[in-house]
Amino acid sequence: MSDAFLRKPFESLERQHMAVSFGMWVFLVSEILLFAGLFAGYSIYRGLYPHGFLAAGRETDIVYGTVNTAILMTSSLTIAVAGRAARADFGRMAWRLLVVTFVLGLSFLILKGFEYREDIGKHLLPGPDFPLAQPGAQIFFSYYWIMTGVHAVHVTCGLIALLRLIAISRKNFAWLSGSASEDATALYWHLVDIIWIVLYPLLYLVGRSHG
Amino acid sequence: MDERARKREIWFRPVLVWVALCALLATTCTLSYVPLGGFSLPVALCIAALKGALVGAIFMRLFENNALNRLAAAAGPIWVFVMFLLMGADYFTR
Amino acid sequence: MSDITYQSQPPLDYLHDGSTLRSWLFTTDHKRIAVLFALSITFFFFIGAVAISVVRLELLTPAGDLVSDDTYNKMFTIHGIVMVWFFLIPSIPATFGNFLLPLMIGAKDLAFPRMNLLSWYLYIGGAAFTLLTLILGGVDTGWTFYTPYSTMFSNTSVLTAAMGVFVVGFSSVLTGVNFIATTHMLRAPGMTWFRLPLFVWAMYATSMVMVLATPVLAMTLLLIVAERWFDLPIFDASRGGDPLLFQHLFWFYSHPAVYIMILPAMGVASEIIACFARRRLFGYSFMVYCLVAIAVIGFFVWGHHMFVSGQSPYANVVFSFLSFMVAVPSAIKVFNWTATLYRGSITFDAPMLYAFGFMGLFTIGGLTGLFLATVPIDIHVTDTYFVVAHFHYIMVGASVTAFFGALHFWWPKITGKLYPELWARAAAIIMFIGFNLTFFPQFVMGYLGMPRRYHIYPPEFQIYHVLSTSGAAVLGVAYFMPLFYLIWSFRHGARAGANPWHAKGLEWQTPSPPPHENFIIPPVIEQPYDYHPKDIVTMKAP
Repeated sequence: MSDAFLRKPFESLERQHMAVSFGMWVFLVSEILLFAGLFAGYSIYRGLYPHGFLAAGRETDIVYGTVNTAILMTSSLTIAVAGRAARADFGRMAWRLLVVTFVLGLSFLILKGFEYREDIGKHLLPGPDFPLAQPGAQIFFSYYWIMTGVHAVHVTCGLIALLRLIAISRKNFAWLSGSASEDATALYWHLVDIIWIVLYPLLYLVGRSHG
Repeated sequence: MDERARKREIWFRPVLVWVALCALLATTCTLSYVPLGGFSLPVALCIAALKGALVGAIFMRLFENNALNRLAAAAGPIWVFVMFLLMGADYFTR
Repeated sequence: MSDITYQSQPPLDYLHDGSTLRSWLFTTDHKRIAVLFALSITFFFFIGAVAISVVRLELLTPAGDLVSDDTYNKMFTIHGIVMVWFFLIPSIPATFGNFLLPLMIGAKDLAFPRMNLLSWYLYIGGAAFTLLTLILGGVDTGWTFYTPYSTMFSNTSVLTAAMGVFVVGFSSVLTGVNFIATTHMLRAPGMTWFRLPLFVWAMYATSMVMVLATPVLAMTLLLIVAERWFDLPIFDASRGGDPLLFQHLFWFYSHPAVYIMILPAMGVASEIIACFARRRLFGYSFMVYCLVAIAVIGFFVWGHHMFVSGQSPYANVVFSFLSFMVAVPSAIKVFNWTATLYRGSITFDAPMLYAFGFMGLFTIGGLTGLFLATVPIDIHVTDTYFVVAHFHYIMVGASVTAFFGALHFWWPKITGKLYPELWARAAAIIMFIGFNLTFFPQFVMGYLGMPRRYHIYPPEFQIYHVLSTSGAAVLGVAYFMPLFYLIWSFRHGARAGANPWHAKGLEWQTPSPPPHENFIIPPVIEQPYDYHPKDIVTMKAP
C-alpha cells in the first residue's frame, strides 16, 4: 500500500508526509503575510479615524458574522477529527467528516452571499450613496469588502481542495490514510479558519458598546 | 466496543477544543457590548489570538513531533510584527 | 574522477530522455523545468532590452524628439517590470537553482516536482498578462506603480500589468516553498547543513525572502485593483486615504526583492571563486551567517526608499541606521571572497572573469548604497540618475554578471558541451567595459542633478547620456556574443566530461548532461570546497 503513495524523489513515505506537512506550513506562512498587509493598513486607518471606524463598524451584521464564525470553527473541528480518523484507519468516518466540512464551508459562503446582499441593500459600498459621512467610514468598508472578499476566495479554494479529497477517496476510503493530501488540505482549511477568527473582531465587534 | 471506544477517543480532545472556542466566541461577542473604552480592541484581539493558538496548537498539531513546523509557524507572526513595528515607526512619529 | 565509466548501457541524459513537445511541457524533471525557465527569461530579457534601447536612443538628445512623452514613460515602465519580475527575480533561482539544488544535495529531484512545473506555468500565465499589457498599449506608471497615479489618473493598462506581476509572484512563492522543503528534507545521508555548498545556502536564504515578502506585493497589487476597478478608497487622499501607505506596502516587498536578486548571485560567486582560485572558501560559516543576515535584515530597511516621500524624520533615522546595518554582512562577504583569492592558484577562465567583474561592480554598487542610505545625501540624489546607477551596478553589474558567470560555469554540466573559451573571455571583458561606460556616467550626472524618468533635459547633461548610450551599445554586443557562441557550442562544441573544471561539489560527480535520476552512482560527500585537502594545509615544519 505504501508504495502506491510514494512519490519521487522521496525514499520513505514518512519523509514524504513530513515534507508535505512542512511545505504546507511554509506556504501558510506566506498566506499569513498576504493578509498582514491588510491588517497593517486597517490598523493605521483605525488609528487615524477612530470615530469613522466606530460608526462604520456598527453597520456590519453581527448575527451573520458570529454565526459564520461558529460555522467555520465547527468545520475546523470536523476536519480535525477527520484527520484523526484517517490516521486511525477509520476511512469511512474520515470521508463522512470531510463531506460535513465541505457542507459547513459551503454554508459559510452562502450566508456570506446573503450578508453581502443585505450590505448592498444598505448601500454600504463606498461611493455616492454611502450612508455615513464620518471621515474614514468609507475606508472601513473598503477593508470590509476586500478582507471578506479575499477570505471568501480562500474559502472557495479550500472547498475545491476538499471536493478533490472527497471525489478521489469516495471509492477507496483508505486512500485518506495513505495520502499526505488530507493533512495538507486540513492545514490550509485551519488557516482559513484562523484568518476569519482574526477578521471577526476587526469587522464585527467594532463600536458595539457605543451608541 | 473497542472500535466505538476508539472513535469516542478520536472525538474527545477536538470537541473539548471546540467547546473552548465557542466559549471564547461567546465571551468576545458579549464583551464587545461592554464599554471598555480603548481596551475593547486589545481584549478582542487577545481572545482572537487565544482562539487562533488553540486551532494551531491542537487542530493543526503544531506541538507534535516535527519542530520544523513550529519554526515555520513562528516566522509568520514574527514577520507581521516587524511590518507593524517599522510602519509604526513612521505613523506614530508623524 | 574525471569521467564516469559504465558497466552496462548508460541511461539517457535528461535532454534526450523524451523528445516530444509533450515530454517537455508536462515534464516534472527539475532539469527540464530549469531549461524551460531559461528560455522564457531569455525571451523577456530581450523585451526589456528593446524597451530600454528606445529610452537610451531618446536620451541621446536633450529634446524629446524620438518618442512622445507617454511612449517614453511606457518604455521605462515596461523595462522595469519585465527586467525585475520576468528576468531578474527568476533568473538564477528558477534556472540554476532548479537545475542544481537537487544535484548539489544529492537528491533525485525537488521535493514537489509537479509544483515546480506549476511554478513555470504560473510564470507563463503572468507573462501572458504582461504581453497582453503590451498589446493593449503598455503601462506608464513606472515599475513602482505609485498611487494615486496608478489607481486614479493613468490611462494605461494598469490592471493587466498588475495581474501579470501578481501571477508571476505566485510562481516565486511556490519556488521558494519547494526549495525550502527540498533543502530540509532531501539532503543525502552525510550532507549536513554545514557541508552544503554556499549556492544551496544562497537558494535557501533567497527562498525565505520569496516566501515572506512576495505575498505582501500580491496584496498591494490587489489593493490597486480594488481602488482602480472597484472604486474602493484605500490610498485616495480625497477620501481619507494615505498614498504613503502604498509605498510602505510596496517597498516592504520590493526592498527584500532586491535581495532575492543578489543573494543567488552571491551563491554563484562563491562557487566560481573557490573553483578557479583552487582554494577552500575563506570563512565558510560566516558566509552562511551573512547570507541569512542579509535575508533577514533586508526586511527592516524598506523606508530608505521613502526618505523624501513624507515619512516622519524619526522613521528616516531608524531606516537609515538599519540600512547601514545590512551593508555589514555584504561587506564581510566581499572580504571573504577576496581572502579566498589570497595564495590561490588563480586561472582566468570566463566564469572567473565574470566573478571578478561581480566582485568589483558589487562593491561599487554596495558602497553607493551607503551614500543613498545617508539621509542628507539622499535628499539631493534621490530620484536622480545616481539612484539609477546604484541599482544597476547591483542588479546588472553584480546580478546579471553572476548570471553569465553561472551560465558559463555550468554550461558543460547542463548541455554536455564546452563553449569556446576565447570568445567567452572576450565577451566577459567587453561586458565589463560596456557596463561601466553605460552606468558610471550616470553616477556623475545624477550627482549633478539629472532626474530619473525624464526624457527632456538641459543640454549640459548630453555628454553623459551620449557616453551612457554608447556604453549600452557595447553592452548589447556583449550580451549577443554568448547567445551566438553558446548556441553554436550546443551543436558543434566539444563534448564535456563530467567535471571539466575539476570542481568540487556533487553536481560534478555525475555525467554531463546528467541522467533523469541525477546520479547513477551515489555521490561521495566531502567537506565543501575541498580544493586543497586538509593534510596538506595543516602540515607544519617539524
